[in-house]
Amino acid sequence: MKIEFEHRQAAHCESGVTSNLLRSSSAGKITEPLAFGIGAGLFFAYVPFIKINNGPAIAYRTLPGQIFNRTCKSLGIPVVSKKFSSTEKAEAFLQECLNNGHPVGCQVGVYYLPYFPKEYRFHFNAHNIIVYGKENDRYLVSDPIMENTATLGSYELERVRFAKGALAPRGHLYYPKNGVDITDEQIKQAIKSGVRKNVHNMLSIPLFAGVKGIKSTGDKIKKWRDNLGLEKAGLYLAQMVRMQEEIGTGGGGFRYIYAAFLQEAHTYLPNDNLLEISETFTKAGDLWRTAAVQAAGIYKGRISSQEDFNVMGDYLQEIAELEKNAFLSLKKIRWQ
Amino acid sequence: MKKDEVPQDLSSLGKITKEVCYATDSAGKYTTELSKGWDVKITALDVAWEDIKKRIAAAREKVLANNASPILFFMEYRLMDVSILSDYTGFWKWQIKRHLKPGVFKTLPDKKLQKYALAFNITVEDLKSMTIHED
Repeated sequence: MKIEFEHRQAAHCESGVTSNLLRSSSAGKITEPLAFGIGAGLFFAYVPFIKINNGPAIAYRTLPGQIFNRTCKSLGIPVVSKKFSSTEKAEAFLQECLNNGHPVGCQVGVYYLPYFPKEYRFHFNAHNIIVYGKENDRYLVSDPIMENTATLGSYELERVRFAKGALAPRGHLYYPKNGVDITDEQIKQAIKSGVRKNVHNMLSIPLFAGVKGIKSTGDKIKKWRDNLGLEKAGLYLAQMVRMQEEIGTGGGGFRYIYAAFLQEAHTYLPNDNLLEISETFTKAGDLWRTAAVQAAGIYKGRISSQEDFNVMGDYLQEIAELEKNAFLSLKKIRWQ
Repeated sequence: MKKDEVPQDLSSLGKITKEVCYATDSAGKYTTELSKGWDVKITALDVAWEDIKKRIAAAREKVLANNASPILFFMEYRLMDVSILSDYTGFWKWQIKRHLKPGVFKTLPDKKLQKYALAFNITVEDLKSMTIHED
């Protein structure tokens, strides 16, 4: 059985899955950047007390599941979303959805995902794929970060749907209900609400998160050399870059997706400030990349002085300032 | 980032799929471009793997010196920690810490070893003999 479904590659898994699942009800209007922006996807958080692969947890976007949920909610689309206590029930429900003609989003862990290259397989459980059918006993899979579709056997899919560890998916499956058409008016409202939410997330959460989080991470990095020693500091920086460059976001990527979102938002809500602010996010993305190059200099061992760590920390301070001003401008926008 | 600046350094992912990047065209408008990978990202991954390899090698030494059970080796080999392993096997963390002792490990029944083997995606025989098959 195969459901009519067009695989389209995206930069980021969840905004890609969301955009692809909404293609039919939005007539293709909900592009990946729109899904990312409406879902208030941009974020920053440094959580020192959670360790991932023996390094600090750093996030550059919202919690998994938020982009899909927020986008659908803002657009007034009812959502089916389930987690399961047993693998049998999880597969039975998946079968039922497919039998009813629904392609479904699944949260999966990448460690045992067979079509991923080995080098990229970590215990990272917030990846998203779409299952859109079953043929010859194999599930048909559209993974938005891959150019082509893939297939998974029953057990292979079960294993990644029930991956364990932080953010374990517990079979999490979701899809938007059919038969709801999305109007331009709804998109306009959803854009405004997504921007408001993102402004809040980046400006109003204390301590580790948002622009304050970026700034304080910059401060911390300056102390890493003394506090951690060169080797560990290098590992931490490499980890930071790996999180920033999460597969398919191509360099400060989330900032670029957000900049693209603001340009698209401008076609729905022609306020020229949006274009200017979009440029600021492009600058922020560029600067994140410059910071990554500096970090690479350190973890490659090419540079290693305290001054090099200071430069790295200063880049983050500069980024924090840029993003703060961008979100303050977004906060002040007078929508028509 | 401008479209023609999107990096094209072949990564291990790039051999399987190119990645979509958002970048601006000559008019400053956002569009997408495919990338084969980025050197900065490739080395970040290399650094992480070098560290993992060191940890695996250290674990192997410990097992060979009879200071730890093969569970430690496979835990590192599968990039797990006690907490992830506890989630996969259903054992409590304190139980796993006990099983990491070679003396305790030798007394474990196959039924318990099977849970570890399943979590590591190996056979019980491989677990006991610390044998790996590339997958």
